[in-house]
Amino acid sequence: MKILVPVKRVVDPCVAVRVKPDASGIDASGVRMSMNPFDEIAVEAAVRFREAGVAAEVVAVSCGVPASQEVLRTAMAIGADRGILVETANELSPLAVAKLLKAVCAEEKPDLVICGKQAVDDDANQTGQMLAALLGWPQATFASALDIVDGRVCVTRDLDDGREALRLPMPAVVTTELGLNEPRYATLPNIMKARKKPLRVVAPGELGGEPSVGVMTIEWAEPPVRRAGVRVESVTDLVDRLRAAKVL
Amino acid sequence: MTRESIEFDVVVVGGGPAGLAAAIRLRQLAQAQALDLSVCVLEKAAEIGAHVLSGAVMDPRALDELLPEWRHAGAPFDAPVADAHFLWLGASRSLCLPTALLPQCFHHDGGFVVSLGEVCRWLAQQAEAQGVEIFPGFAAIDVLFDADGAVAGVITGDAGRQADGSAGPNFQPGIEVRGRYTIFAEGCRGPLGKRLMAQYRLRDGVAPQTYGLGIKELWEVPAAQSHPGRVVHTCGWPLRADTYGGGFVYHQSGGRVAVGLVVGLGYRNPYLSPFEEFQRFKTHPALRGVLAGGRRVAFGAASVVSGGIGALPALAFPGGVLVGDEAGFLNPARSKGSHTAMKSGMLAAEAVVTAVQAGRHNDVLVEYPQAVCDSWLYRELWGVRNFKSWLDKGLFVGGALFGIEQKLFGASAPWTLSPCPADHLRLDKASDSAAIVYPKPDGVLSFDRASSVFLSNIRHDAQQPCHLRLKDPELPIRVNLAEYDAPEQRYCPAGVYEIRHEADGRAVLQINAQNCLHCKTCDIKDPSQNIEWTPPEGGDGPSYPAM
Repeated sequence: MKILVPVKRVVDPCVAVRVKPDASGIDASGVRMSMNPFDEIAVEAAVRFREAGVAAEVVAVSCGVPASQEVLRTAMAIGADRGILVETANELSPLAVAKLLKAVCAEEKPDLVICGKQAVDDDANQTGQMLAALLGWPQATFASALDIVDGRVCVTRDLDDGREALRLPMPAVVTTELGLNEPRYATLPNIMKARKKPLRVVAPGELGGEPSVGVMTIEWAEPPVRRAGVRVESVTDLVDRLRAAKVL
Repeated sequence: MTRESIEFDVVVVGGGPAGLAAAIRLRQLAQAQALDLSVCVLEKAAEIGAHVLSGAVMDPRALDELLPEWRHAGAPFDAPVADAHFLWLGASRSLCLPTALLPQCFHHDGGFVVSLGEVCRWLAQQAEAQGVEIFPGFAAIDVLFDADGAVAGVITGDAGRQADGSAGPNFQPGIEVRGRYTIFAEGCRGPLGKRLMAQYRLRDGVAPQTYGLGIKELWEVPAAQSHPGRVVHTCGWPLRADTYGGGFVYHQSGGRVAVGLVVGLGYRNPYLSPFEEFQRFKTHPALRGVLAGGRRVAFGAASVVSGGIGALPALAFPGGVLVGDEAGFLNPARSKGSHTAMKSGMLAAEAVVTAVQAGRHNDVLVEYPQAVCDSWLYRELWGVRNFKSWLDKGLFVGGALFGIEQKLFGASAPWTLSPCPADHLRLDKASDSAAIVYPKPDGVLSFDRASSVFLSNIRHDAQQPCHLRLKDPELPIRVNLAEYDAPEQRYCPAGVYEIRHEADGRAVLQINAQNCLHCKTCDIKDPSQNIEWTPPEGGDGPSYPAM
């Protein structure tokens, strides 16, 4: 059984981002980039299946600029067997990524695709669902537990009012929730091994063409700066201030 | 406990200018001589450059020697020094000292205003292209010795330990990284360097190292206030004439201005707060004109060595060498250390290759200190050997006498002044000191610690043992609070140390280790040398984009 794990290179979640002065995007110069944390959980889940003997191969795939090779190397340091970069400098909407991934699935014929539920940069939460729809495969989103029993995918989803247990035939698409696992630390020897694992770079053209842009980002803006608060002396002071602000 | 072990020919600890220059030189020489030589660089930051903080005006002398084609290889040097100014600041006025009066070491001809973090990222690309294996996110936490007591490599930090020291669910023990030679390039006050200096008595007979704390911000300023290549150094206000230090304003390309203040850690008044001095510094009319209408985009702090040549330890010991600021190669008079750091790394690399070719390993690289003595690096530092000692006599008298010495004698002054004592010994008692009242931050030019630390993109896994260790946990209250009014609350630029009062009135020292910027001021300035800075989990700490 083969598992495909799409991974995305994003601005590291610990970095405070700024909008460029011309509002055309995030100023990413010199900013630390890393693998989308939900995708890391997906890689960990896939690697655990291979280590348990359930899966034979784990393939990581990323779509984007050449530097996205770094996140593929990280995936391989966690334990993925090889990587594929669909290299493009274009801005990619979730639908564009889903179409590229569909083309990769046509070539690789995985039995299971495990995606992060969303990327922390755009929070779109669409790619996994769109991929399942394009492929016509069953999907289970926000998996907080994941197992493969008798050739079927068993997924637990934590909902507000309880737990939902799903069973899917393969091939299928699963997206990961935060609590599914805690990804391992990549060790130094495994990082060295990852540098020698095969990484194939393909152009979208080789996969049937660059998908249309679809959605264009027009402008970026930062949230308004929160104004400094004041410490009120008493309840009457508070009431007076609320009245003055026409809240009461 | 048995650890996994990997082996290289040369292990470089630290991916700053010194370590990367050493690694590049090693591979260049190996390739030129068809020598099979594996080189790895361990870096505690999550990526190369993320813990690098410097002014910086860079003298390209060492880079010219290392990578002569750098001007055509996309190096991030787009702001050659255009004009340089030296200002004396009073509380509300400033005086520009004419260039002709300044000694040659205060000139910046041929230099470049750079982000040293960006320079290091570029150097790392050059190193990888040469076949160097770079491992960011791995801190070397201990030295590995062989049976003969020679350095045999380092041990990397464990990952996934819980706060109580026990192994967590994802625990990964550190590994041994072994080498025929280990080049220590941790930077200023490196914890392994400190241990090696004690182990091999490398500081016997040399002056104590002295330090400064540099606090820096990066600003984006309106186009009319940006003059790429302009270099401004200041002395005087807000520091008193008896406190060593000075400010800088470096105009980078793209409307960015680096502004910073270095405060000598030999200061005496325990109420002095370098962070607040820096915030106050930016409100001076001479700086207001540059920063007004601009926006602060990054903040950080780092300690710098300032002891000069008199404080250089012995550089070589069995199996290893010290390079860069780990040894203390910064030129304090020029406020420049990256060219000397790189040069020392290159000289160490040349000594390693000579030894490996002779079939040697894990012995003393005597060729390296000799090469340092024969190089321009030594001559440059020798020329300004009295700088710190003169300045210790006060800004006006000492500054003037250093200027006269340099003008009259240059490097050949017939005297060498006695060195300054170690910084931690110089703090006065709180009872003998005047409290300093700092102005409240205005939120426009000056800021508080919390909003500043936020801009350093800091991250520490909170579930790990505290990396700031107290040899005696009671001493901060018994001695530091009682006698010095807990100076760690003020010298730490990140607010890591806080005195908290329990319900019963008892005072306790709270250590907010997750705020630590890795500047190591606490390790340097603590009057009882009770605080030990150790590396936290690899990859933790600030993430400076372009500092």
